[in-house]
Amino acid sequence: MSTNAAPTGAEAAVEKTGQRASVPTQRGGRRKPPLSENKKAERKLGLLLCAPAALVMVLVTAYPIIYSFWLSLQRYDLRFPDQREFIGLENYVTVLSNEFWWTAFGVTTLITVVTVAVELVLGMGLAIIMHRTLVGRGLVRTSALIPYGIVTVVAAFSWRYAWTPGTGYLADLFSDGAPLTERASALAIIMLAEIWKTTPFMALLLMAGLALVPEDLLKAASTDGATAWQKFTKVMLPVMKPAILVALLFRTLDAFRVFDNIFVLTAGGNETSSVSMLAYNNLLRGLNLGIGSTMSVLIFITVAIIAFVFVKLFGTAAPGSDDGERR
Amino acid sequence: MAVETTTRAKLRWGLLDVLVVVFAMVPVLWIASLSFKTPATLTDGNFIPREWTLDNYRTIFETDQFVRALVNSIGIALIATLIAVVLGAMAAYAISRLDFPGKRLLVGVSLLIAMFPQVSLVSPLFEIERQLKIFDTWPGLILPYITFALPLAIYTLSAFFKQIPWDLEKAAKMDGATQGQAFRRVIAPLAAPGLFTTAILVFIFCWNDFLFAISLTSTERSRTVPAALSFFTGASQFEDPTGAICAAAVVITVPIILFVLFFQRRIVSGLTSGAVKG
Repeated sequence: MSTNAAPTGAEAAVEKTGQRASVPTQRGGRRKPPLSENKKAERKLGLLLCAPAALVMVLVTAYPIIYSFWLSLQRYDLRFPDQREFIGLENYVTVLSNEFWWTAFGVTTLITVVTVAVELVLGMGLAIIMHRTLVGRGLVRTSALIPYGIVTVVAAFSWRYAWTPGTGYLADLFSDGAPLTERASALAIIMLAEIWKTTPFMALLLMAGLALVPEDLLKAASTDGATAWQKFTKVMLPVMKPAILVALLFRTLDAFRVFDNIFVLTAGGNETSSVSMLAYNNLLRGLNLGIGSTMSVLIFITVAIIAFVFVKLFGTAAPGSDDGERR
Repeated sequence: MAVETTTRAKLRWGLLDVLVVVFAMVPVLWIASLSFKTPATLTDGNFIPREWTLDNYRTIFETDQFVRALVNSIGIALIATLIAVVLGAMAAYAISRLDFPGKRLLVGVSLLIAMFPQVSLVSPLFEIERQLKIFDTWPGLILPYITFALPLAIYTLSAFFKQIPWDLEKAAKMDGATQGQAFRRVIAPLAAPGLFTTAILVFIFCWNDFLFAISLTSTERSRTVPAALSFFTGASQFEDPTGAICAAAVVITVPIILFVLFFQRRIVSGLTSGAVKG
């Protein structure tokens, strides 16, 4: 997107300042002509307009992250503030050699992989339905948006009551007892709740990709005798690849932070805690800032690695680095 | 597509549509149904209440706990939305219209924040806010909300701004309008729908938040509804809060449903253009 913007901005500047119309074709900022007054004013205005937003974002994320790292190197428990001291990487050893951490990590990974995979398939189906449907398109889009808009906690309560014996219509579905009190079924329900809530979001991102598929190409494929499946895999998927990757990246990182659903559905009981849940518990229930911060940093690093892998593996398709061929 | 517009195709799509609608609506209807049930019929497992009652709603509006949380939610979400949209609009205008150094950096940073694990901020913010004495206050929640809403605002708004034919501004000036007039009369009306859509998306985001709401608050003073819901105990501690929780859940869902009903088209275009077209 940024590369999209650069030439446009330059063109606009050239027009405004009335310079010769030799619009630079290379990416903005490479060439260094002497700056005209107008150009300088434009730069200043640009920086000025962005400053507040940038300042807030940096102050509320960068500074705390650095502070978090600093806290993670200390023994710091709010219940025993006197014992606060610098202990180096000891907290990391404690967390990384703890089975609760790895159980939570496993649960989070499982939830992420399963929900994102299912959502991709369902989301693609939903996107096609929303894009192609002949009757009641507005109704379908509206109802698909409801899970996206609804407060996650509310949705989680709905699922909780649905599966609770007595108040629920689903509890008796699998006969014996309360599914939320057993690990396997509880995990399945957490994933179901996640999928219900976020599939529409995935579908919307994919729908934007669908809109980029040229109708002519599909018609041409039809004329050549392609089946619906062939049209899907040979024509639509390749064109949609960037949109799919963006959707996957967003949803993967989002799924990795799963918290609300687990908090309401099981409160992390029966080893269903995610890493976010565990960090929250250590901090707010245990008031252990040292360990809580260590987990925060570890989660941050994990997410950074996931993002890095996505960008590396899929290269130019990552958001922010596309070359503006899609418009 | 001409071939497919037969009755059979219509029927097939219609069936799929029904499936989608049912899938999306059932959990919502279930919680609404529970909220209208009397304590005696709460556990009958019926989808349609046998005996209807508004008692649950009366209960929650009589308890200070819920009303206070509702006020907090509305106030905090509105203020955060307003600030985020104003700051986001300034940045997005600069990104889509001006050429200046550091533009790509800003876009990159906001992308990073959009994907940030929010829990990583909870422990440092908890400690920082305690020291700054803004823990358990409105600003204590508004600040992180603005931060996480800004990337969303910047992305959707710069997508909208890019679609505005800025030449109109020049044309207006040629016709004798001042810069200010040109902006107010020509550009602002074109930008308004985008701003409005972004505001709705940001509001939904703030309204929805749970992690910050339960980590950075500790009393009714600033606890928002999603957080209050999870600590709900009902009118007295001997009462099962299920009905009350459901009623409260319905109350905070209504605004979102209304937004979605009225602005469905805009929300879709805002989400898709912001996220993918960039």
